[in-house]
Amino acid sequence: MGKTSAQTMGAGTDARTENTRRVEDIRMGGAGNQAKTNGNRRYHVLKVLFRKETAEFINSRRMILFVVLTALITVSGFYAAVSGLAESIKNGNTATDFLFLKLFTVSANSIPSYNSLMALMGPFIGIFMGFDAINSERTEGTLNRLVSQPLYRDQIIISKFLAGLFISAVMVFASGLLIGSVGVITTGLIPTGEEIARLFIYLCFCVIYTGFWLAMAILFSTVCRHAATSALACIAVWLFCAIFVSLLAGIIADALYPVGGGDMQAMLNEMKNYSCELNLNRISPYYLFAEAASTVLNPGVRTINAVTIAQLSGAISSNLSLGQSLLLVWPHLTGLAALMLAVFAISYVSFMRQEIRSR
Amino acid sequence: MGASVKKEFSGEKQLSGEELSQKEISEKGEKAEKAAVEPMAVMERERVPQDKNSDDIVVIHTESLTKTYGDLTAVDHLNLEIRKGEVFGLLGPNGAGKTTTTLMLLGLTEPDEGKAMIQGLDCTRNALEVKKAVGYLPDNVGFYGTMTGRENLRFMGRINGLDGKELEERIDSLLERVGMTQAADKKTSTYSRGMRQRLGIADVLMKDPDIIIMDEPTLGIDPEGIRELMWLIRDLAERDGRTILLSSHQLYQVQRVCDRMGIFVKGKMVACGTLEELGQQISRDGVGTVELSVYPDNVSLQRILKEIKGILDIEKNSDMYVIHSAFDIRRALSKKLTEEGYTIMHLRQAGSDLDEIYRKYFEKAGEKVG
Repeated sequence: MGKTSAQTMGAGTDARTENTRRVEDIRMGGAGNQAKTNGNRRYHVLKVLFRKETAEFINSRRMILFVVLTALITVSGFYAAVSGLAESIKNGNTATDFLFLKLFTVSANSIPSYNSLMALMGPFIGIFMGFDAINSERTEGTLNRLVSQPLYRDQIIISKFLAGLFISAVMVFASGLLIGSVGVITTGLIPTGEEIARLFIYLCFCVIYTGFWLAMAILFSTVCRHAATSALACIAVWLFCAIFVSLLAGIIADALYPVGGGDMQAMLNEMKNYSCELNLNRISPYYLFAEAASTVLNPGVRTINAVTIAQLSGAISSNLSLGQSLLLVWPHLTGLAALMLAVFAISYVSFMRQEIRSR
Repeated sequence: MGASVKKEFSGEKQLSGEELSQKEISEKGEKAEKAAVEPMAVMERERVPQDKNSDDIVVIHTESLTKTYGDLTAVDHLNLEIRKGEVFGLLGPNGAGKTTTTLMLLGLTEPDEGKAMIQGLDCTRNALEVKKAVGYLPDNVGFYGTMTGRENLRFMGRINGLDGKELEERIDSLLERVGMTQAADKKTSTYSRGMRQRLGIADVLMKDPDIIIMDEPTLGIDPEGIRELMWLIRDLAERDGRTILLSSHQLYQVQRVCDRMGIFVKGKMVACGTLEELGQQISRDGVGTVELSVYPDNVSLQRILKEIKGILDIEKNSDMYVIHSAFDIRRALSKKLTEEGYTIMHLRQAGSDLDEIYRKYFEKAGEKVG
């Protein structure tokens, strides 16, 4: 008590006036806060968080790696297309309609096409953005500071997801449009309206595809305490989807519908075996994306399931219109989006239930 | 002077805030008017909370607050009352449930039983409103390393709905207040622990909280830093009239800065009160103990000491005598020693020190202090 009065007495009058004014300023600012309505505030906080997430990522060193990765995909995909296209046409392997879209699908001898590169590397973009989204904040000690602010906790994870999705969308569109525009200059191909629409839809698919991996990475970053663990877990899932799902699908399909016997039953099983394998493969977002992308980019793809010769009889051999192609991949689009949202929902729930303590 | 600033302030507010309610405007006008007529009155109002007797509003209040993790009861039926403008110290060893208590006060953890109220708001149900009024400085506070100190503060200010000139002004004034103006534009990844802690305080003050909760604020800071920090904490309570709850296991610092303190053992608050009250509580339970050191320290001293009435036992550890007695013998002791021509170098009633109070409570609660 004695200490209290002594210090107050010690403070000079000038200093006190100054400080009182400052305190008053601050108090009045506080009153201003409350003037904002609740809904408006919610949106405002989300915007601030989104801005911070985006700025933080762009300023981080990871951004350099990220740009390099995207540039590699773009350049090698483009190189493959330009070097492979002429030869492919000369050999008669490629139909000459929708040539502009071939820029994204044609591969050279050893270099895969842009589309397959994207199917393979797209997950990396998502994982890159999200594998330490929550746990780095936790280990840095910023998360508990953040949750003690007047905001809803879900705004944190939503803003992280949206910021990640935004940056990957910018990257995907930048690289896709770059290939398109440089392709126009170097090859002299003029894209038609339909080609541009197809390219746009394809790039949207890419964004949703990377969004799925982003959601997956955020899920692991919520569940795992260390960023390294969550990165490894993400890569494990990615490898599983890219490689092992197709192996397993084949094994399971063969076990359910054996085709090796050479008897009548094996012949009957052939169709079922193929459908079963296909459907199992489609569990993997990797396959889902690859199938949808090739359908959208190639109007010549008329069907994605097994069809009998009877079903094909009388069909006119021509390209599908954009609407029909979309109809074919509509389940893929909804499936991918649903997968993305489901995974994000799991991470959302687990984040909301977590107790946030200091490091 | 105050009035002109205020006018400028409300003018800017009207420009930027689209939805400034009528009530706020009139309130503001009233404030400005008051300040213009009698600027001293405003200052007096600011200083009111220092007078604790006239200001007995309970701002933090818990009622049999309980939290269990499996078999472990982290907080066990805690009843706590903290009044406005008070610095309250929550003392206890690691794992005593201090952090859990602060988390429940912030609505970050749901209590299993009982309730916590801050300014009449339920901390669990009205967490958002509570978080507007309460600033929280976690132990080992962290910042976004890729951003500078100023950018970190700006981000927090924006979350709390500040913007534009008002935001920048507050950042500048707070940086100055915590003495971080020099380092404000360096990346926070380069900051030392003490700097982070000071920036943390500025960060807490960004939203201008009425109540500040600090978790182990002195951990890992050098003595000079601690001294400054303690001064700042007292300043926040005295000059701004903020209520401060700080948890710590570093007793010495806490005893200097707190008005009242509660001692936490295994989730239970075993004692609560001012330093004197705690000391009295303890000395009532046991006999008085005095530490004594005199010059010259010769053989006849022991004999003289034994002549004094009421002494039960004398221990000598190095150059210090520890004398146990049935009642307070300090007066008799000093009189006798002066008569005999000794110079008293040190005479102190043991048990008035928080360390000892703390130890006693732990012994009582069957705990050993490391």
